[in-house]
Order: sequence, then C-alpha cells, then structure tokens
Amino acid sequence: MSQPSRISMLETMMLIRAHEERLAANAGSSPGTCTAVGQEAAAVGVVGALLPRDRILTNHRSAGHLLARGADPGRLMAEVMGRADGYCRGKSGSLHVSAKELGVVLTSTIVGGELSLAPGVALAQKMGSSVPNEGTEPGGITAVFFGDGAACEGIFHESINLAVTWQLPVLYVCENNQWQAFVRRDETMPHEQVRPWAASHGLPAVAVDGNDVEAVHAAALAAAEHVRTTGTPYFLELVTYRTRGHYEPDDQAYVDKDELARWKARDPIALQRERLLAAGELAPGELAHLEQRVADTVEAAFAFAQNSPWPDVRELLTDVYA
Amino acid sequence: MQNITVNDAVGQALAEEMRRDARVLTFGEGVATNRRDLLAEFGAHRVRNTPLAEGIIAGAAAGAAAMGLRPVIDLLYAPFLTLSMDAIMNSAGKLRYLSGGQFEFPMVVLARTGAGWTVGAQHNHNLEAMFVHAPGLKVVMPHSTADYKGLLKSAIRDPNPVLFFMDMTVGYTPGPVPEGEHVVPLGQAAVLRAGRDVTLVSYSKTVATCLAAAEQLAMRGVDAEVIDLRTLKPLDEATILRSVRKTGRLVVVHEAAAPCGVGAEVAAIVSEKAFAALKAPVRRITGPDAPAPSSWLLEQAALPQADGIARAALELLGAEAVPA
Repeated sequence: MSQPSRISMLETMMLIRAHEERLAANAGSSPGTCTAVGQEAAAVGVVGALLPRDRILTNHRSAGHLLARGADPGRLMAEVMGRADGYCRGKSGSLHVSAKELGVVLTSTIVGGELSLAPGVALAQKMGSSVPNEGTEPGGITAVFFGDGAACEGIFHESINLAVTWQLPVLYVCENNQWQAFVRRDETMPHEQVRPWAASHGLPAVAVDGNDVEAVHAAALAAAEHVRTTGTPYFLELVTYRTRGHYEPDDQAYVDKDELARWKARDPIALQRERLLAAGELAPGELAHLEQRVADTVEAAFAFAQNSPWPDVRELLTDVYA
Repeated sequence: MQNITVNDAVGQALAEEMRRDARVLTFGEGVATNRRDLLAEFGAHRVRNTPLAEGIIAGAAAGAAAMGLRPVIDLLYAPFLTLSMDAIMNSAGKLRYLSGGQFEFPMVVLARTGAGWTVGAQHNHNLEAMFVHAPGLKVVMPHSTADYKGLLKSAIRDPNPVLFFMDMTVGYTPGPVPEGEHVVPLGQAAVLRAGRDVTLVSYSKTVATCLAAAEQLAMRGVDAEVIDLRTLKPLDEATILRSVRKTGRLVVVHEAAAPCGVGAEVAAIVSEKAFAALKAPVRRITGPDAPAPSSWLLEQAALPQADGIARAALELLGAEAVPA
C-alpha cells in the first residue's frame, strides 16, 4: 500500500481540525462531543501506517482516527447529530462510533474499554487464517488507541499481559495528552510517561513526539511492521496535548494558560505546514487551495448531516438483539 | 438415554459445538487444565487458559465475538462476574445496538453459583437478575441435566451474548440426557408437572424443591403445576400466564434475594396481564437479602424449602390447619 505523502498528511490533519472545530461551534447540536484538537498528528501518523486488513479500536476522541481511516465526514457528522445517515444510524452519537466497512470495530467511551476488547479482536486476526470468521484477512493487526487516563485503569495491564502471553498482534497506541477528563495527568501518575509501565510487561515500548506527524508516522510504520512480522504486541506512546476541553462546551478555566500557550506553539498542523513551506514542497497558493478544499468539505458535511433525517422512532427497539 | 453428570453434559455440548463450528473456542481460568479432552481434540488455539483476570477474559471474548468468533468463557464463580461486568454489560450487551447492528456479540459466559458447597459469599451469589436487567443479554439457568446440554448448545449457537449460570451443587450428580443431538431452544419454559390448583414457578436448583413441595401438596389433595423457567431472558411469559389463568394462584421460588429479582418480574407480569385470573395474592419465596453464609447450617437455612413452599400454596388456597 502506498504511504500517505507529506502533503496529504497535512491535509488530513487540517480536515480533522476543521471537522472538530465545526462540531464544537455547534455543540448544541452535537451533544457529548469530545475533540482531539492538538492530537491530529497521532491519528494521521498512525492510521496512515495501517493496512486495510488491519482493525482499529478507539476511544471517545475518535473523529481523527475515523477521518484518517477514510470516514465520510458527512456520515460522521450525521452520527454525532443523531441522524439516520450516520455510520451507526444515529444510535451511537459522538461517543461510540463504529464503522465496519472501515475496520473500526468500536469506539469505547468507558475509559479502557477499548483495551479490554483489543486482545479478542487480535485473537480473531491471529486465528483468522485458519478459522472462517468475518472481517479478518491473514496478516491483519489490531491497533488500539487510548489515553494516559486509560493507562491508569487495571484493564491496561490485564490487556497488555494477555497480549504478551498469548502473542497477539496488537499495536497499543497511547496518546498521552496530559489530561484525564478534568484532571491533570501529573496528579494521577508518578511518571511523565506511560511507557515504563508498558515496558515492564516485556514488549517493545517506544515514546515519540506526538505533535510531529512525520516522527509519529515513522514510528508507527516501524511498530506496525514489528507487530505484523512477529505477530506480537508493541507499545507506542505519542506525547501530545489536548488543547480543547474535556467535552464541548468547556471553558478550560482549570487549565494553566502558559502551559496551553506552550503547547499551542507546538501545534502539529502548524509544524507540518511550516516544514513543507520551508522545504519548498508546498507553495503558499497551494496551501490556500488546501484550506479552501478542507473548508468546503466540512461545510458540505455539516449541510449533509443537518439535512439527514432523524431515525424512525421504530428504530428504538431494533438492533438490541440479533 | 445416557446417565451423565452436569459437568459431562456441559463438556459434551462444548465438544459437539466446537466440532460443528470452527469459530467456537473456549477460554478461562483453568479451562485448558480442566477440560483436557477438549484441549486434546481441538488444540491450544481453541482451548486456552487465562490469567485470573475476569475483566480481560470477558473483554477478550467480546472483542473476539465482534470479529466473528464464538467464544465460550468460564468465569468460574458468579461473584467474579462483577469484575467482568464492563465488558459484558457495556460492550457485549450494548454495542450491537450502538453500532446500528454492524457488530454482533455471539459469546457465552459460564459461571457457577448456588448454596450447598459452603463456599461463602464471594463464591456464591445469585447474580442472574442483574444480567436480566441489562439490555442485549440473554440469561439461562437450567435445572435438568438434559437442559444443561441442550440449552448450552443453543446458547453457543445464539448470535447474542448469553449468561449461562450453573448451580455448583449439581455438577457431579448424574442425570438422564438424550443420546445424540440434543438442543433445547432458549426462551421456552418447561411444565414439569401439570396441575389445576396452584402454579409453582422456579428455575435452577429450586425447581427440585418445588417438585418436592408439589408431592407434599398432592398428599393434601392439592394439585400443583410446576414450571421450570429454564431461560430468564427471554422469559416465557406465555407459559406462565397460561398456567396462572388455569390455577389462579402463583408462588414464585428462587434462591436469589427478593428485591428486583426474577420473582418480582414474574409477579409483575402476572399482575399486569392476568390479574383477573388471580384468586389470591402472588407469593414469593426467595433467599434472604443477605450475603451467602458459609456455615452449612446457615447456608441451608437461606434456601427455600419444600415445606415453606407447600405452606404458602396452602395459604393461597385458604386451607385450614396449615402444617407447621
């Protein structure tokens, strides 16, 4: 599979940012929205290193992972707004979107729930070549995205221990964004990073700058290659920062303004944009073209979602049981 | 007809379903150690030991089920289910709905419970009603050895998550099980004894207690109908209502505590849908709202007894000289 170009990684990050900011601006119509603004490099760098046969589990800040995987922004917005054209026909909302056609098995809003299911998904990937089960192709791996908050759950250790013991092809991707809902990470963890906890389970554990999309992508390619060739798990920590609140709306009165400013100065989109402009790989006119294209895409998505019908009330009781 | 124990019936069901469907696998605490015949036949990929970590056992099952495998997990004792409830209730039970039907969770959770082994409250707790209350799950709690096999086979074939509770006292008791393929559908109660005067509804071990009470009542000239629910969700309302409309009297019996229990549900259904047929109030005979004691004498005292069931039935009939 061809890897995303440096420019396409920039454009996807811009799309994610514009998508989330559009939803945040309309928080009244998209209840429960938890953005990952500031963390776009993690989604784009890692998802871009996956193959179509790979499976993804994510968390409540999932829009970036879904969009990087190729989700239709209109259908994603429709889901968040509870409309019939959403990926889950409006039953998930923002917090539990899954998209089978994209290999996104689930989004868990129970912190750590994605870590709980990941070994089972990977077990099916591992057994997929010998057992006729749907949704697997030989050689697929399972990428699970979670935060530093989930790493404080017991299930984090249970999950990694089982994946190491059973030799399961799981790529653990910790987006250490320094916030656990309304609590600073350094109030709940003695370490700056989650990596030492993971490393103690005996799997490769690497931490990289989560705001540098090219560094993330290179690390994710190496990590995915390791999981794919050995069939065993790998831990990748992306050190980043959540620059919007826990959910929308959130005035972030609890956030240190200097700290926020420092991280905003390391914005992953600005970093990649300046890098490409400086290298002459992106002309200012081209950048304006990208910005316009992203803005048009998001406006069209928002219009699509707003025009999508509400689900039929008879859907209330469908899909509870098979 | 073969005469086998419940443990063997469960083993037969597992082996037959694993032979029938390559997607079926089993894992849990000691599964590969204790089911060596399955390990020998199906190999270490499909018969797995796990750490003593109920959360990840259930989570791994839910993840595997979402991908099309059909895991049967053994969580040993029902109180341990509390450590696995996130994966069972929040993931397996809800994500079919939340995904708009994109993903299914065909998994079975085995757990043992019930008084008789004096193992105390952290190994014995009748938690079935908690899972009945959670959407998206099915709950099975058999009484007969044959049903253990037939209902487990249905549970494994079901595309939904199924909680399969086993009474730990019956594991080594032989009982008749039909030879060959034996499948009992979920959601169908069994009328084990027909009667016209009073309906005794129960499930699991206390079905036998109800049958004993029915014998006592027969000696008093009272004709009791005994219903084994077999499946608590889906609940076979039709069989319950048909019986109560015939007898006009209902005693619901279970080992679990009364508050918000299966008995409360059965009583509510009858009062909503067959009130006119009732000749007396519905009675519940249950275990106490207390942790399970370990001492054998206290444990037995917590169990519904045939005498008490018979006495309650006679009271509903307005009979004089109720036996002490």
